[in-house]
Amino acid sequence: MRNLWIFISRYNAFFFFIIFFSVGIILTLKNNAYHRSVTLNSTNAVVGSAYERLNVLKRYLNLGQVNDSLAMENAKLKTQLLSLQNVDTSHAIKVNDTVNRQQYTLFAAKVIKNSISMRNNYITINRGSADGIVKDMAVISPQKGVVGFVQDVSEHLATIRSLLNKNTAISIFIKKNNAFGSLVWGDGNFDFRKAYIKEIPNHFKVNVGDTVITSGVGSFPKGIEVGKVSKTGISTGDSFMTLEISLFNDFSTLQYVYVIKDRLAIEQKALETQLPNEQ
Amino acid sequence: MSSRIIFINIFRWIVLLFVQIFLLRNLNYYNLSTPFLYILFILVLPFRTPNFLLFLIAFGTGLTMDAFYDTLGVHTSACVALAFVRILFISVSVNRDAFDEPEPSLGNMGFKWFTLYAVLCTLVHHIVVFLLEAFKFNEIAYTLGRALLSVVFTMFVVLLVELIFHNRKSN
Repeated sequence: MRNLWIFISRYNAFFFFIIFFSVGIILTLKNNAYHRSVTLNSTNAVVGSAYERLNVLKRYLNLGQVNDSLAMENAKLKTQLLSLQNVDTSHAIKVNDTVNRQQYTLFAAKVIKNSISMRNNYITINRGSADGIVKDMAVISPQKGVVGFVQDVSEHLATIRSLLNKNTAISIFIKKNNAFGSLVWGDGNFDFRKAYIKEIPNHFKVNVGDTVITSGVGSFPKGIEVGKVSKTGISTGDSFMTLEISLFNDFSTLQYVYVIKDRLAIEQKALETQLPNEQ
Repeated sequence: MSSRIIFINIFRWIVLLFVQIFLLRNLNYYNLSTPFLYILFILVLPFRTPNFLLFLIAFGTGLTMDAFYDTLGVHTSACVALAFVRILFISVSVNRDAFDEPEPSLGNMGFKWFTLYAVLCTLVHHIVVFLLEAFKFNEIAYTLGRALLSVVFTMFVVLLVELIFHNRKSN
C-alpha cells in the first residue's frame, strides 16, 4: 500500500492528467449534441457491419423458430389469398378504384441489432433510405404486435425507437368498446413482455383478457393486435385508469420486422399543418 | 513577493482571455488557421506552481474558453493536455533545484529554449483542440493541416507578445 502511494505521488502529473483529461472528454461528449450523436449512432458503418456479421451466427441458431413462424405466416397468407380469389373474379370490366388503392405498403427488414434491457431500447435494421424508409414510419413484427417507429435513417440501415423506450407512445383501442388510450412501456418497467395503457377514461369497463388493437391514429394502420389486458384497476388518482397488458410479440427473439409505408402520410401531414394552431 | 506574482498572473489571465475572446476569436484565415493566444498564460505560469494547481488552473481556463466558444469540453481537454506536456518538458529540460528564475518566459529562458517549449506545448494543444472539434478520422489530413497552420499563427502571436514585453522589462 505504501509503495502504491509512493508510485502515485512520484508520477502525480500523469495521474492528474488522466483525471482532468477524462473529465474534459466526458464534458465534450455530454454537452455537445454533435459529438454525442457521432459517438452513439450505431448506424455508422463500423458498428453496423460488425453487428451484421455477428448476426449471421445468431440467425443460424434461431433458424428453426423463424422457419416455423414463416410457415405459419405463409399458411395465413394463403388462406387470405384463397378467400380473395373466391371473390367474384369473373367480371370482365376493370374499375380503376382509386379510393381503395392500397394505402399501406410493407417492407420486410432484418433486425441486425436489438436491445431489450435498457431504459431506452433501439433496434437497428438492414433497410435504409435507399429502400424508401423515412423517419417516423411505423414498424410491426411479423406475427402480431407493434415494434416502434423509425428513428434515424442512413443509406442502407435504419434505427427504430422500439416500444421499450421512454419516448414511444402508440395510440390504441380496447377492441370491444373502442376506448381510446395510449400505449407506453411505463416508468420503472423493465419487463419486455409487459406494457401499460394510460389515459383510458374511468367509465369504460375493461376486463382481464380483452384484446388491444392499434387505433389508426398516427403512423400505424388500424386494427393491428398489440396484446391482451393482464391487470386492471391500477389506481392513478385521476379520472383515467391505467391497464397492464401482456404483449403478443416477444422483443427478445425479434428477427424480422415489417416497416409500414403510409402512402397518405405526407399528404396528411401537409393538410394538418394548415389547421389554425389556436387552443 | 508571492502576492505580487499572484496579482500579475490574475491580471495576465484577464487581459489574455479578453484579447482572445473579443479580438482573436474573429481572426480566421480561411477557416484554416486561428490563433489561440490565451495558452500563453499557462505557458508562463511560475515554475513553482504545484502540479495539481497547474492542472486546476488549466482546467478552469479551458472551461472559460469553452463557455465563450460554445464547445464545452474541447478547450478544457486541450488545456489539460498542454499542462501535462509543460510538466514533462520542464522536468526533462530544467533542473529545478539549481534554478531561480520565477517563470518560463522568453526573457528568462532565452529564445531557443522558449521557442522549442512553446512549439511543443502549442502543437499538443492545437492537435487536441482540432481533433476533438472534428471528432472523426476520415478528414484527418485536413484536421491536422488546420492544427499545424494554427500552430504557426499562434506561435507568431505568442512570440510577438513575448518579444514586446521582454524588451520593455529589460529596458
